[in-house]
Amino acid sequence: MTTVSKAGRRKPPRSVIPGFGITLGFTLAYLSLIVLIPLAGVFFKSAGLGWEGIWHVVSSPRVLAALKLSFGAALIAALINAVFGPLVAWVFVRYRFPGKRFFDAVIDLPFALPTAVAGIALTALYSANGWVGQFLEPLGIKVAFTPVGVIVAMTFIGLPFVVRTVQPVLEEAEKELEEAAATLGASRWQTISQVILPTVLPALLTGFALAFARAVGEYGSVIFIAGNLPMVSEIAPLLIIIKLEEFDYAGATAIAATMLVLSFSLLLMINGLQAWARRRHGHGR
Amino acid sequence: MDIQIREIHKGFGNFPALRGVNLDIHSGELIALLGPSGSGKTTLLRTIAGLELPDAGQILFGGTDTAPLPVRERRVGFVFQHYALFKHKTVQDNVAFGLRVRKGPDRPSESVIRQRVLELLDLVQLSGLEKRYPAQLSGGQRQRVALARALAIEPRVLLLDEPFGALDAKVRKDLRRWLRELHDKTGYTTIFVTHDQEEALELADRVVVMNRGRIEQVGTTSEVYEQPATPFVFDFLGSVNVLAGEVQGRHLRIDGTELTLDTDREHPAGAVDVYVRPHDLRLVEDSSPGLGAAVRSVQRTGAVVRLTAELDHSGETVEVELSHLDPFALNRRGGDRIRVLPAVYGLFPRAPHAALRTLPDVDPKSVPEHRERGRLG
Amino acid sequence: MAASANEVRPTPPTDAGSSAPPPFEPLMQRNAAITEPGWVRWTLTGVAVVFLSLFLLLPLVSVFTEALRNGVGAYLSAIAEPDTLSSIRLTLIAAAIAVPLNLLLGVSAAWAITKFEFRGKSVLISLIDLPFSVSPVVSGLIYVLIFGRQGYLGPWVADHDIKILFAVPGIVLATIFVTFPFIARELIPLMQEQGTESEQAALSLGASGWQTFWHVTLPNIKWGLLYGVLLCNARAMGEFGAVSVVSGHIRGQTNTMPLQIEILYNEYSFSAAFAVASLLAGLALVTLGVKSLLEWRYGDELAASRRH
Repeated sequence: MTTVSKAGRRKPPRSVIPGFGITLGFTLAYLSLIVLIPLAGVFFKSAGLGWEGIWHVVSSPRVLAALKLSFGAALIAALINAVFGPLVAWVFVRYRFPGKRFFDAVIDLPFALPTAVAGIALTALYSANGWVGQFLEPLGIKVAFTPVGVIVAMTFIGLPFVVRTVQPVLEEAEKELEEAAATLGASRWQTISQVILPTVLPALLTGFALAFARAVGEYGSVIFIAGNLPMVSEIAPLLIIIKLEEFDYAGATAIAATMLVLSFSLLLMINGLQAWARRRHGHGR
Repeated sequence: MDIQIREIHKGFGNFPALRGVNLDIHSGELIALLGPSGSGKTTLLRTIAGLELPDAGQILFGGTDTAPLPVRERRVGFVFQHYALFKHKTVQDNVAFGLRVRKGPDRPSESVIRQRVLELLDLVQLSGLEKRYPAQLSGGQRQRVALARALAIEPRVLLLDEPFGALDAKVRKDLRRWLRELHDKTGYTTIFVTHDQEEALELADRVVVMNRGRIEQVGTTSEVYEQPATPFVFDFLGSVNVLAGEVQGRHLRIDGTELTLDTDREHPAGAVDVYVRPHDLRLVEDSSPGLGAAVRSVQRTGAVVRLTAELDHSGETVEVELSHLDPFALNRRGGDRIRVLPAVYGLFPRAPHAALRTLPDVDPKSVPEHRERGRLG
Repeated sequence: MAASANEVRPTPPTDAGSSAPPPFEPLMQRNAAITEPGWVRWTLTGVAVVFLSLFLLLPLVSVFTEALRNGVGAYLSAIAEPDTLSSIRLTLIAAAIAVPLNLLLGVSAAWAITKFEFRGKSVLISLIDLPFSVSPVVSGLIYVLIFGRQGYLGPWVADHDIKILFAVPGIVLATIFVTFPFIARELIPLMQEQGTESEQAALSLGASGWQTFWHVTLPNIKWGLLYGVLLCNARAMGEFGAVSVVSGHIRGQTNTMPLQIEILYNEYSFSAAFAVASLLAGLALVTLGVKSLLEWRYGDELAASRRH
């Protein structure tokens, strides 16, 4: 934060447009108060615990199980979305069908629908007597109150991230590339897998990372359907809340810090991967 | 591979892009499709490739109808205007693409593919760049990668869409010459689209001049330039003066002056437009037959002296181009009296509207520049 | 004067020329080169529609069905319940404070970022994105660590008799944290696309900075701004995880609508829970409806690259 404000002051912009000082000043003050100082609190607190303190908390079987569930289910959900998201985006960009505009609007539902609402709705649908659950029950598939339910909820909230990052890239894809592949004798499937897919891959990675990050931290839509059985279907964010309710601030902080570090390093990795791809293929997306 | 195009029609919505196109292309020819934007030249090229399906008509490759062949089985080498290189593939993987996507016994072994790619890169003078990505190449180099990629499949015909359109002027000239040499070396039947008449005339064996979805004229470069079949071709290939005239028997009256028509140029009597190129207007002695005019301005560019003059009676403006060695060009100044005589010209029946006089077949709305020219003519 | 064909070249050389087919049309049947066979198209479309219906549409429909399961009377009385009414009131208050503040931040951050060049800009942008990648529970936790009983400012706050945690200020703070990126994220790409030329023109004509913003910048971004505000508002009213951590769940006092839903649900008052949920779902539908309308009417005036 200090680097930002210092840099801002040291190098006044040469622009005729007024308002630089006041807008940047306000933004920095606001962000400092709301984000940076509180966030710094987490790190001071974690630093106070030390590696051993954090490890002590995180290595307890219940916490490990929760972290495993949060990251594992988020990974599976993001993978599901990485398959269906591009498919949905493809259908929206390339095909016409009745109700397309409606379904296009519905994609954003997980952005706009409060997570608690989504959570109870999904639970009602997938419980044994729910609209979907009643068909799965006889097949021996239990969704609600199991890790599968966690995956379902995480898929729900992650889908728009993938669709909305892939969609614009597909829209802008040059059709000449596909035509070139066709004149060179490529079948449609070869064109899609060898020409189109590599073009959208960076966007797909971004969408995957966003969906994953969101799912790892997700709370509201998951806790209702999860059933929250310790060691089985208890997610990490819930464990933070449980620790807080026990006034175990240190425990809560240790879990939070672990989650933050894991998520951030993943996001950094993906960003790095993208930057590398961009450098290599020019401005290409 | 010789190609016959029979009565091709193609529309996009309400817009007729091709309206009955017929064309015979001989094996090994280098053909230019020349025309303004909207003339249908790119659509024709894409239709030959199979990227567009014609509404009616036939395209024959070596006498065989191509209609049942989808693009990928046509074996056409298509070079796109912006090259359409695969950005995520290296130069060699781009060139190898067409060979690698083949299936079963048609697919050459990896070592054969590598060999072939190296040969092609050598042919297009890009040896040593095979590991680069398209983003790391200059425009001219990308162009040649696209060409090598198209040649890799040993196409039955090579199709190039505005091959030099995206390049700057200097590179364009070099590549033009190089492409001609490459064509002579490889002997592929080649068709390219251009809106640049200079490019078409310099590069092609035969030029196909297109306008509004139809072919106006097909001919060798000298034929289309020296004997334009229609006012459009006259106008589109090079500069032209358009003068109002009247034919009576053997006589042509322009600007109140009676000139004698060449004996071999019979023309029905009536109002005509006389098309004369600026360098086909000769300055003559005051005693000779000719049109009296007053010089308005003189401009010298290199070895060419350009006079703008106003005809005495009608006040029409004409442009005359002379060599700087021409005795009449010496020390010309605004206000000088001159006498001009059309040495070579084309006569066409007068179009009903002045605006359409130069371009009888062009929708004035779509090509506003040309309307301007009608007035200037 | 005669014009040469060279001088009046109708298209710039880089243009594909209008003789090329019209811009790419989805499902252009005619262009056989780059479409799939019909059965593939319909299968893919079918899979997409079924997937979307199952995962997105069905939950939405179920909210309203469950809410009305016991009839309209029960629905209305569930909403008229005093604790529920108080949760609605609290939600409105929190949004009424958080959204305007975030609007201010969004506009000023977007102004600073898009109209000026300065070092550390990308850091600032990542900072604005931060809440997207932080778990809402962690967002709540950071305030507990500051203002909680064992927190850094906890004793000081207690000494001065200020209630932040388990009270309205904490809820507002958590809401602000979770929702502040929405308006800024909507405006930054939009204002970036529009550049600074209009503003420079206005200033050169003698307009003041404020006049420039009000008369030149704002009209260009108003629809994007509206959508950002709507989305921010929907998220503010619906925030659950962060608020849950800081609220303390005191019935009738620090329960927002989402928290009230949780309590009702855990008490097995399912249709009451869904009744409250239906109000928030309705808000989400309005938000999406307005968004679609804006995109349809003013597509160019919304940011091309939008993601949340």
